[in-house]
Amino acid sequence: MSVDLTTVKKIAGLARIAVSEAEAEAMVPELNGILQWVEQLGEVNVTGVEPMTAVIPNKLRLREDIVNDGNMRDRVLANAPQAEHGFFAVPKVIE
Amino acid sequence: MTALTDLTVAQIRDGFRKGDFSARNVAEAFNANVAAAGALNAFIVETPELALAAADQADKDRAAGTLRPLSGVPIGMKDLFCTEGVQTSAASHMLEGFKPTYESFVSRKLWNAGAGMLGKLNLDEFAMGSSNETSYFGKVVSPWRRSDGDDAPLAPGGSSGGSSAAIAARLCPAATGTDTGGSIRQPAAFTGITGIKPTYGRCSRWGIIAFASSLDQAGAMAHDVRDCAIMLENMAGFDPRDATSLEQPVPQWEAGLSSNLKGKRVGVPSDYRVDGLDADVIRVWDEGIAWLKDAGAEIVEITLPHSKYALPAYYIIAPAEASSNLARYDGVRYGLRDLPDGANLQDMYAATRAAGFGPEVKRRIIMGTYVLSAGFYDAYYTQAQKVRTLISRDFARAFEQCDVILAPTTPSATFALGENSSDPLAMYLNDVFAVPASLAGLPAMSVPGGISKDGLPLGLQIIGPAFGEQAVLNAGLAIEERAGFTARPEKWW
Repeated sequence: MSVDLTTVKKIAGLARIAVSEAEAEAMVPELNGILQWVEQLGEVNVTGVEPMTAVIPNKLRLREDIVNDGNMRDRVLANAPQAEHGFFAVPKVIE
Repeated sequence: MTALTDLTVAQIRDGFRKGDFSARNVAEAFNANVAAAGALNAFIVETPELALAAADQADKDRAAGTLRPLSGVPIGMKDLFCTEGVQTSAASHMLEGFKPTYESFVSRKLWNAGAGMLGKLNLDEFAMGSSNETSYFGKVVSPWRRSDGDDAPLAPGGSSGGSSAAIAARLCPAATGTDTGGSIRQPAAFTGITGIKPTYGRCSRWGIIAFASSLDQAGAMAHDVRDCAIMLENMAGFDPRDATSLEQPVPQWEAGLSSNLKGKRVGVPSDYRVDGLDADVIRVWDEGIAWLKDAGAEIVEITLPHSKYALPAYYIIAPAEASSNLARYDGVRYGLRDLPDGANLQDMYAATRAAGFGPEVKRRIIMGTYVLSAGFYDAYYTQAQKVRTLISRDFARAFEQCDVILAPTTPSATFALGENSSDPLAMYLNDVFAVPASLAGLPAMSVPGGISKDGLPLGLQIIGPAFGEQAVLNAGLAIEERAGFTARPEKWW
């Protein structure tokens, strides 16, 4: 499989990364080079093989359903580019 | 007397306990080396005051008889570990100025053990790279130079390139590293030092800036095997805040060190002996085999038939996980925000991520987004995870025949900065021998094995079964005792 300029722009859009025309054009051969190379995985016979889900067998733990942290609003907001009235502030989303 | 900065972690710990020197002496000596090594660019943030504060505490603790395992030992912290109140950037413009309000599990454990912090070590941006050239804060330059008088600046390896350069240049006796696909072992090999990545889950990922969560694992980098054991003991441990943290006691790896390998079997994977493999790498590998035989081990040939697929599988799985993990950098909660005039929320996300991420990070996010996108998920991601299962099975089968595996760490010695940076695939191939163990979550370490014809270090890699750190360390020690690796970079910085 290979990507063209339209696909690269679409994927960059999905990844929420603004790319210029020139950047997108440069990415087309780069990504195609990597994609061609990873395509060799297609030759591996994986019949009946389960995809890896946990690299070291480890049972997921459950914990008591109790609040064990919180009350740290100011610490959570400490690195916000813009915090107002105890909230993260973003550009207006509803007209 | 040996300079304090030439001592190992064990020597600092023991000499300090005996009263040969104060912790302040040690911290001041390393602080001076750090301050004078700007040309290496190994540190993003220097914290001499924190190293001194820990040292003064250690001196008080010694007087009071309340010493801790790492009292008096200053270390470097890879800038991927969140450190409370100290900038933690992952070497990305995206996180420039980010000062965590909490401490990572691993760094907290090291400070609680008495260690002090000399500073935050440079790395590839978000740990994505094999040469430390993708850092927003500039390349790290290896202290090593070729022996033929060529002064070309060399790569310290990556992503833990600040850690490897700083240890090799005696700016710190030990440092933390993280390994996603070789980021501890490859830089250790390139700089003539020792580095271990433990079994996945030994070290909590809590507070480590995420790259690819199913692969990311913290580990130790130092001058020798004993120091790696000491560091790892003080980094590992169960943490309920990491869902994949192993609920197991931490073994006493230092006390368990033994280089007598009588009755042990060492597997040598024929599949790693690829056509065109560097002659120096083959020579050092063969010497390593002879050293382990000399230590009493039996050598058995093994096969890891899916090895050649490890790297392509990695370059699907790691970018896929990275694209998900790095979705959090949106200009809202922390880090950079780029808000062009009149931009709406979606524009802000895209502008922020365009401005905050470097080219390699963007390439991997876009690659990861593509392989996870509708219609391609099974062809790429599911296929890669099935191949990963097969790679894991290869190792399981091999460990029925042997206790540890011996292989080269890298396919060559280090290279000049800029030499591979225009070709992502050439750069990725650096990790061809390191990635399989990462995909299988296995403990693996690199120890110095010898010197290339250009006078540059080469590493030998030991891979163990899950939870087999002790066997890995012991085989590493057997090599260390026989390799007699004393080469060190001549100071030019």
